[in-house]
Amino acid sequence: MKKRNSILAAAVTGAFLAFGLVGCATTDEAEAPATSAAGTTETAEVLKIAIVPKAINIGYFTGWNEGAQEACAELGATCDYIGPNEITGAAQTEFINQVIQQGYDILVISAADQNAIVPALEKARDAGIIIVTSDADVAAEAASSRVVSILPSEQDDIGTAQVDWMAEAIGSAGSVAIITPANAANQTAWIEAMGPYLDAQYPNMEWAGGSLESATFYANDPTESAEAFSSILAQYPDVAGIISPTTVGVLAAAVEKKAKAAAVKVTGLGLPSEMAPYIEDGTVEKVGLWNPLDLGYVAVYAAVAAKNGTFAGATGETFQAGDKTYTVVDGGIAYLGEPFTFTKDNIAEFKLIY
Amino acid sequence: MTKLTIPKVVFSWDKGVVLFLVLSIFIGSYASEYFATASNLSFVIASIAEIAIIAIAMAYLIISGEIDLSVASIMALTSASIGYAFQEGVPFEIAVVLGLLVGLLAGLFNGVLVTIFGLPSLAVTIATLALFRGLCWVILENKPVNQLPREWIDLGNKNIPGTFFPWATILVVLFAGIAWFVLHHTKLGRWVFAIGTNPVASRFSGIPVNRVKLGLFVFTGFMSAVAGVIYTLRFASASPDGGAGYELSVIAAVLFGGVAIAGGVGTMWGVLAAVLSLGVIKSGLQLAGFSANALLVVSGGLLLISVILPRVTEFVRIQRSKASTIKRTQQKEKERVQK
Repeated sequence: MKKRNSILAAAVTGAFLAFGLVGCATTDEAEAPATSAAGTTETAEVLKIAIVPKAINIGYFTGWNEGAQEACAELGATCDYIGPNEITGAAQTEFINQVIQQGYDILVISAADQNAIVPALEKARDAGIIIVTSDADVAAEAASSRVVSILPSEQDDIGTAQVDWMAEAIGSAGSVAIITPANAANQTAWIEAMGPYLDAQYPNMEWAGGSLESATFYANDPTESAEAFSSILAQYPDVAGIISPTTVGVLAAAVEKKAKAAAVKVTGLGLPSEMAPYIEDGTVEKVGLWNPLDLGYVAVYAAVAAKNGTFAGATGETFQAGDKTYTVVDGGIAYLGEPFTFTKDNIAEFKLIY
Repeated sequence: MTKLTIPKVVFSWDKGVVLFLVLSIFIGSYASEYFATASNLSFVIASIAEIAIIAIAMAYLIISGEIDLSVASIMALTSASIGYAFQEGVPFEIAVVLGLLVGLLAGLFNGVLVTIFGLPSLAVTIATLALFRGLCWVILENKPVNQLPREWIDLGNKNIPGTFFPWATILVVLFAGIAWFVLHHTKLGRWVFAIGTNPVASRFSGIPVNRVKLGLFVFTGFMSAVAGVIYTLRFASASPDGGAGYELSVIAAVLFGGVAIAGGVGTMWGVLAAVLSLGVIKSGLQLAGFSANALLVVSGGLLLISVILPRVTEFVRIQRSKASTIKRTQQKEKERVQK
């Protein structure tokens, strides 16, 4: 028994020693292949960019990566799409380490956890890697760990855009109701922006029942949303349109509208993959959501501009992506602008992406 | 004769894991020039520190014939408690002590349900896995805590000056040393093996089975809490969903390290070598360009091998000893005839 243990002890000590030796040998051994690799990159001057999603194998991020790859092709950079298959900060940290080890120039990342990846991002930043978050940012307190964050739209714009789509659908005249989940922070903020915007911009439109409160119906799942749809039609027979700023609500409204052959117009925020059948058959004319392709595309442009020294991510600074110019606002964030819209013309393409 | 053969099986698996570790380190260095760099080795060690700490305790527990599936939830509960206390204005040092205490109590809770109420540990800890995780969400209300003191975060993310060993290495080595000594060189360690081999016989031979088991659950709770502290510092935040799924990594490593799931068999060296080699393999493959999906397949395959291989070697050994017994009797028969 004793002898066995001492042999094992020796073996494990050996293993640790090997670990240590390999660690020490690094300096000479890693040098040789590293220079040859660096040699090839230097002659071609190709930027190495890592595109790291919250998790690979999610359609939304496949679209996000497609946008990034498009920008890479335009800029002549190499973009590698790497990432974990579970959405946790711990799993994503391992890929940030990979980005550091493999000497990438740029990291474009959608933060899987707004806090947990910050120490790893700081290590990457200290190693000279340009970091741009896209789609999901780190916590506001950790904004210095990246150059800039590319996010979809300001909260207010998301709300007001939906009022514009509704105005388009109903010819800027008539009463409008809302179906929304209760106690959802994002949706609440958007609806608060909708209220005064409709009153100010569209004199011939009004909220059903006279006020935003009377026009808002709360529903947290498909069944409740369908019930809310019926309640709205019963309570306000002359209602012209229903806005629902969530896929669950807007989808339920589309299903009910089709089933009841109702005349009321429906719009809101919805995933193209789920809304596709109702857009294709004309039940719903237009829904919106952010476009992950644009998020990836713009992030790569911002990062390359930062790498070239023409952009530092300061508030008020601008950068160019494709034919558009983006401005950095407070908090080191650049917004894409209004939500991207889906109609009969483009739904076939986007329903496959997310 | 039996004295020689029984330890031989145990021995060969442990040695196999240690050899596997050495091999995987060398394969890793050849597969990718980025593997054997000081900063990557530092990362590999940091990434397995929590699992190593919990695995040390889990090895004891499984050897004694019990299991604790709630370890990752205890780890997160510790982290959440530290975050909550710190947010409420408690100094960070005291918040850490409170967090460790919470882990200890969580372990005690598991232990009491198993030893005093006589409930099966698998069922109890599946329940507390959910219960403790639920408490994390209740305490933090879906809002992670950040802005922890900078010097503590550095402790969780920087190396011991002049080396590539993260500070957590000290804790791992310290606990591993003590746990190894107690398991293999003290009466308590022998008791743990005896309980796992045959709890009834152990009770009749005067071993305080329940007290030992209760102690092991408390120990596991404490070690999960220590891992929770390391985790909190490494990720600079306390979040209710922290460390989800870690319990599976821990149990996988313990079993890969040669601890029998039925209890009674295992070594501390094997477990530590297994934890380290799983980290090394993951990093080596990742840097060699394997995707996250491929990694999942590889780690699943490795674990399957670790379950199958000991069975196969045992089968071969039995067949061989059978064959040699037959041979011997044949030879004796021959000798007798010759005489």
